[in-house]
Amino acid sequence: MQVKSMHFKATSSMKLNDAVLQSAMKKAKGKFVDGRAAAVAEIEVWEDIRAHAAALRDRVIANLDAYLLEFEANATKRGAVVHWAESATEANDIIVKIARDNAVKLATKSKSMVSEEISLNDALEAAGVEVVETDLGEYILQLAKEPPSHIVAPAVHKSKEQVAELFVNAHHKPRLTDIPAMTLEAREVLRNKFLSADMGISGANFIIAETGTTLTVTNEGNADMVTTIPRVHVVVTGIEKVIPTLEDFATLIRLLPRSAIGQTISNYLTLTTGVKGQGDLDGPEQMHIVLIDAGRTKLVGRDMKEMLRCIRCGACMNHCPVYQNVGGHAYGWVYPGPMGSVLTPTYVGIENAGDLPNAATFCGECQVVCPVKIPLPDLMRKWRERQFEQKLRPWGERFAIGLWSAFATRPTLYAFSTKVAARVSAWWAGDKRRITWLPGLDGWTDGRDMPAPTGKTFRELYAARRSGGGRLS
Amino acid sequence: MKVGLFVTCLVDLVRPNIGFAALKLLEDAGCTVVFPESQTCCGQPGYNSGAREISKVLARKVLSEFRHCDYVVAPSGSCSGQMKVHTVEDLFKGEPDEAEFVALAAKWYELSDFLVNVLKIELLPSTHSSVTYHDSCSGLRELNIKAQPRILLSAAGATINEMVDCEKCCGFGGTFSIKLGDISTRMAENKCVNIAASEAKVLVGGDLGCLLNIEGRLRRNGDNITKVYHFAEVIAGMAH
Repeated sequence: MQVKSMHFKATSSMKLNDAVLQSAMKKAKGKFVDGRAAAVAEIEVWEDIRAHAAALRDRVIANLDAYLLEFEANATKRGAVVHWAESATEANDIIVKIARDNAVKLATKSKSMVSEEISLNDALEAAGVEVVETDLGEYILQLAKEPPSHIVAPAVHKSKEQVAELFVNAHHKPRLTDIPAMTLEAREVLRNKFLSADMGISGANFIIAETGTTLTVTNEGNADMVTTIPRVHVVVTGIEKVIPTLEDFATLIRLLPRSAIGQTISNYLTLTTGVKGQGDLDGPEQMHIVLIDAGRTKLVGRDMKEMLRCIRCGACMNHCPVYQNVGGHAYGWVYPGPMGSVLTPTYVGIENAGDLPNAATFCGECQVVCPVKIPLPDLMRKWRERQFEQKLRPWGERFAIGLWSAFATRPTLYAFSTKVAARVSAWWAGDKRRITWLPGLDGWTDGRDMPAPTGKTFRELYAARRSGGGRLS
Repeated sequence: MKVGLFVTCLVDLVRPNIGFAALKLLEDAGCTVVFPESQTCCGQPGYNSGAREISKVLARKVLSEFRHCDYVVAPSGSCSGQMKVHTVEDLFKGEPDEAEFVALAAKWYELSDFLVNVLKIELLPSTHSSVTYHDSCSGLRELNIKAQPRILLSAAGATINEMVDCEKCCGFGGTFSIKLGDISTRMAENKCVNIAASEAKVLVGGDLGCLLNIEGRLRRNGDNITKVYHFAEVIAGMAH
């Protein structure tokens, strides 16, 4: 996916004035925030499960090579072929070759954010393969030619009316207004695709080392169709998705749907192990599992390694006040919200990530709701440190920090300059005692007044009282 | 009991009244309050802008100014979070002066937490206002400041009309409020809507940064009626 994160500031300002988006974001909040809170409250040992899951994911990441090799051995035993891709290009080349070798004309896909990372659809379409997204949200976006704006609810930014319009244009049927009817119409279109596809492409929420199983969580059941009907099944996922055992999956699945959309459990859990066996009624003749690095190993053993714990629930963005106000597209790449502000610089380079590490007030909500306890604000701060060290922030900001540091470390100078600043700004504010415009601070004063200092600093007033003797307050 | 007052750079410059309210509350409770006059800033603006080394220099400066005190108290959850949490868990972790920062963190308190949990002060009712309380993020999520200011406000006679999303960030975020002003303003606007819906005519909080942000938006919206105070001002009877 093309990286547009450099434009975060401009895009987000635009999104703040997008009425359809704003209304969609408000609606989503109920399920994402209130729904999650209710689902989490049902489990008394929630904090214990979180701690256990974080430790489990840490153990996996510390032994990633061993678990991946175990996974490869067990998947191979069940007739799957495991491919290793160091980069997005390599992954696409592998999958395009599989499609060519099998004369694939139509591929159905269940939701995969990793496939968005590597722009898999573009690569397959360039090779003459028709790709159909089968997750309803992804299907809508494929019609709209837009990237997802959320990792769990990709079309959360769309209104019902916008979807109706897309369906009229794509399906050439009368306009529908009722959501179940619209869903049924999409289902009918997709049914034919499911039945005629040569290749099914799925992502994986987890891959299980002890069994060689890949696992997909959906609410629509489309992953069942994608992984069992076509003769070739391709799984595309990141190497960090491995977990040791099915038992571990049982732990993580208690966290994932609850954190994601406040569901106790998702409607479908699709576990796929190997190819169609003797006597099996369904299943692919070939199963290819493409395990992608594309930047992930850069995190292993480093100071942001906690990010690899991520199980892609989306709770961090759902609770992020910045995300809630600007939506996912503003972030300009695959992963929005706090997780994106950490992952985007990691995967596409800090020089291409623009303001993303700064797109947070460090309110800490993301860290509180993260089911695997990723310290997201700390990780964003680490990216800010890299930006500062590499002089990637605007000169005005660096100058301001330098100036602040020069004064704050020199008490006498500081006391004098604040004394002057208190007087000047009180004078500048005038009788209304508030500043409506301040050079260099228009980021603030464009939308807010600045309540003005009263004219003297605490330090001055304190000194005056002390020289007066007696109690100081 | 020698209590060091870390007044915070914003209170020093913009609203000294909060500092004097804190001073009054501490002195009324019998504390000997000292104000090291060389204090400037806790270093958080630099820390959150990626200027790690500068923030460490300032944290060491704060340590040198307050290490002789029995307690250190600040009328801010944000600066307190910097000194109680970030110095210990991040900036000086594994460094030679870690132990000194651990000791400083242990005696450092956010004002409401100190008044309620250390001094256990008793307040005389001094107000009849209906107020609504904004929970500032650092105090709430880093230091668990939630009940303390409410206990104090209730004891002082205030009625608390809780607003919707009182724990939601107001959009201040230090330099965020300038770097991404449009988003910050929208978050402040959301807060203003919730304040209005609470029907309280007084907004109270525990961090001046958030209060300036919210007040700035209220005034820009033409709301000159809703009063904005730090809880220290209210409970010290200095809200004017």
